[in-house]
Amino acid sequence: MDMTNNFTARVKRSKFLSLLSRFARDPLGLFGLILVVLMVSSAVLANWIIPYDPIALDILHRLEPPSMAHIMGTDQLGRDVFSRVIMGGRIALKVALVSISLALSCGLVLGLIAGYGPPWVDRLMIILFDTIRSFPTIIFALAIVTLVGPSMNTVILVVIITTIPVYGRIVRAQTQSMKNNEFILAERAMGAGMPRILFVHLLPNIIGPLLIIASMDIPAVVTIEAGLSFLGVGIRPPTPSWGSILNDGYSFIRNTPWLIISGGIPLILTTLGFTFLGESLRDIFDPKLRKDI
Amino acid sequence: MWIYLAKRTALAVVIIITAISLLYSMILMVPGDPTAVILGPRSTPEMREALRADMGLDRPAIIQVAGFILNVFQGDMGIDVFTNRPVSQIVFEQLPYTIILIIAGISWALVLGIPLGCYSAIYRNSFIDKLTGVFSVGTIAIPAFVIALYGLLIFAVQLRWLPAIGAGEQGDLWDQIKHLILPAFAIGLGWVGYLARLVRASMLEVLGENHIRTVRAFGLPEKIIIFRYALKLAILPTIALLGVGVGYLLSSSVFAEIVFARPGIGKLIYESVLTRNYPIIMGSVLITTIIFVLCTMLADIVNAFLDPRMRENL
Amino acid sequence: MTNSIHASVLDIRNLSVEFATNRGRLKALRDVTLTVPNEKIVGLVGESGCGKSTVIFSILNLMAENAVITGGEINFEGRDILKLSSSQLRDLRGDRISMVFQDPMTSLNPVLSIDTQMIDIQFRSSISKAEKRQRAVDMLTHVGIPDAAHRLKSYPHHFSGGMRQRISIAMALLAKPALLLADEPTTALDATLEAQIVHRLRQLQKDLSCSILFVSHHLGLIAEFCDQVVVMYAGEVVEAGDVRDIFHRAGHPYTQALLECDPARIEEKTRNLPTIPGDIPDLVDFPSGCIFENRCSKRFEKCRISPPLRYRISPTHTASCFLLAEGGAI
Repeated sequence: MDMTNNFTARVKRSKFLSLLSRFARDPLGLFGLILVVLMVSSAVLANWIIPYDPIALDILHRLEPPSMAHIMGTDQLGRDVFSRVIMGGRIALKVALVSISLALSCGLVLGLIAGYGPPWVDRLMIILFDTIRSFPTIIFALAIVTLVGPSMNTVILVVIITTIPVYGRIVRAQTQSMKNNEFILAERAMGAGMPRILFVHLLPNIIGPLLIIASMDIPAVVTIEAGLSFLGVGIRPPTPSWGSILNDGYSFIRNTPWLIISGGIPLILTTLGFTFLGESLRDIFDPKLRKDI
Repeated sequence: MWIYLAKRTALAVVIIITAISLLYSMILMVPGDPTAVILGPRSTPEMREALRADMGLDRPAIIQVAGFILNVFQGDMGIDVFTNRPVSQIVFEQLPYTIILIIAGISWALVLGIPLGCYSAIYRNSFIDKLTGVFSVGTIAIPAFVIALYGLLIFAVQLRWLPAIGAGEQGDLWDQIKHLILPAFAIGLGWVGYLARLVRASMLEVLGENHIRTVRAFGLPEKIIIFRYALKLAILPTIALLGVGVGYLLSSSVFAEIVFARPGIGKLIYESVLTRNYPIIMGSVLITTIIFVLCTMLADIVNAFLDPRMRENL
Repeated sequence: MTNSIHASVLDIRNLSVEFATNRGRLKALRDVTLTVPNEKIVGLVGESGCGKSTVIFSILNLMAENAVITGGEINFEGRDILKLSSSQLRDLRGDRISMVFQDPMTSLNPVLSIDTQMIDIQFRSSISKAEKRQRAVDMLTHVGIPDAAHRLKSYPHHFSGGMRQRISIAMALLAKPALLLADEPTTALDATLEAQIVHRLRQLQKDLSCSILFVSHHLGLIAEFCDQVVVMYAGEVVEAGDVRDIFHRAGHPYTQALLECDPARIEEKTRNLPTIPGDIPDLVDFPSGCIFENRCSKRFEKCRISPPLRYRISPTHTASCFLLAEGGAI
């Protein structure tokens, strides 16, 4: 018993080490990894790192440039920008994780239905997916916001609606190719029911590429959230968001450049980090997903 | 070829019809009174009653949707309550500004991106290739509105090299061009990256194919090989990408117009969101979506036309 | 058209080529020596992977990026073309030396008409475009494409595999080369087509007085078509001679085994086709003796220790086997 545990542990460790060494050879991927770790840890530890309350006002010290007291300066209401940036990161990550997981689950279910169901259902799904993908994203998002009203949940809803078609198509394609796979036919001939086929055969094959694609969507989701918040129709103030910090910066662009700089840099670093990391991971795990070499 | 044309057009029409239905049904799906959504918070109960009768909101949903689809195909997308003008008129007034911006953005992206991609493929692993690679991924990742904001900050506010606001004086071409530079730069930058990567990948693939080896064996000058034999094949995926690109550019241009206070659909939509003016938004979404669908259709058709193999098989 | 100052249009001496791979240097060609005399057809025969295509590609420098020529000379019309600059070599391509490739389905550019491609390859000639077009039509008719004038505007996918290969041959001969390199031009085609194309090639060769280096693994074809034969195994030339020498008086055990295994030559009906037991040795880390030793039925002690030299069996016939050492080494 002990020996098998040790062996598995050693195998896992050697796989992990080889993974690390592959990373070491890819400077961009490493850079991305560092940025992502930085961002995620600051999001998780947000409540412990922030020096000030992100929504506490201090009008006397409004629009100050960076100083010892406020590393990134203050905004037009005297709030500490650094604390808002850190909190904004936490919220951005939360929105991203929630919306992507929900979209993934819905996309999985819908894709399975499309792939396994009768042809007319499939065709209907495809048309729906393609139609939603034909809406320019932000413009469509603004339409939804008008109907439902701005809030964090609206942002999540928008992201879900616009990303389900992408995941749905992938799952559907995989399902369809698997459906006619001889191995599956053999299983069905032996009387295996749908659930078994789905869980044992389909899911393990889909999960990998799907997760990689989903993780590469994180920068896109963060961007949508920031964009909508920038337009004032996303996360409602006073809750901090990188987008609303940028909005404040835009309003006061002639007074101080620091709001835009401070709000923009974390957004840039996060999107860069996740994108570089995502590209490296994809190269390692499934170079076939790569659209160029 | 004609069969392909017909099929592709039919697909486009189906998607447009579905889009219209979806947008209209969204009004019905929202909890509450649809007329309040359409007319907005400033409407009175009498206005809402009149609209309800007028729109036939007590008819079954399918009939309503069908009716609306018919109206749209006749160019009628409803009336804007605030100005009492047809929605389509208002939207089409703003459209040209956005289109000019998008053309400017895509043009400079093409002019820079395609040669960069070609160069990277021909001189693979050179310094420029590696630099372009990092730069491409970087600019694809960074959101367009952030680039717009930084551009505004650095070049307009701090350095004062370029104007910050508006589209420029009517009739003064040079002034209008100056006002286009920053916004077009902002929305095009990410596309330089996309295009360079795609062209590089396509070129590498084509350059490795057997028919290129054949022409090399005949001693053809490298220039002819690249430009006549390789590029023509490598460019095909780029055309498809451009069709999709229009959709992204439409979204980015919303931000560019707002950041630089330019007139256009983006600004129109933004103002309408703030006033919850759904008919205008719906009209704008519809028109931009139709443009997008038509562009992707056009891209596919041009692609098919350029590749003689596809012309026959479809 | 041959330049008759030199006896051989192509004279390869001690050519060695290595490929850089993850595992180390793969020695694909070792000391390859072969000659293509003026106006003769020389067949280059051997198993898949023996290096025949590498020889062909190295002549025109069309090899993969990780290939390195580590020694030897390739003398074309008396000049060592390995010493030429890339632009000088490019001048030879499609002019004095032409090539026909193996796979007709992928050898022609799919988005350009045959017209464009055949006119483009005449770029060195100063005649008018209409004249170039006419030459193309004439050559296409010559290789057996019906209604060539009208079909010129078509695209490659409008033609069958056999037709495309004929078009490739027409293109290769347009420049009236002194040497035509043919890399298994009929392997992708069926037997009847194969016969037709080879027949035409022989006619064209006589008309143009050029030489052909014909790579194939089809022994029957080589026997019928070629004047001389070179046999390769695992990157080395093991035997060379006139076609009769090889097919009637094969000296090297590998050649003998190859002939024995040729299904066309087997007289008794059997279910078990003979094969040569064993595998090709590792070309990164290969043995110090004769390269064929581990599969040779006639091996002895010396074969494992040192590699055999090229021994002369007759004025026209050489082989690299200790069994034939009496004739003296070359």
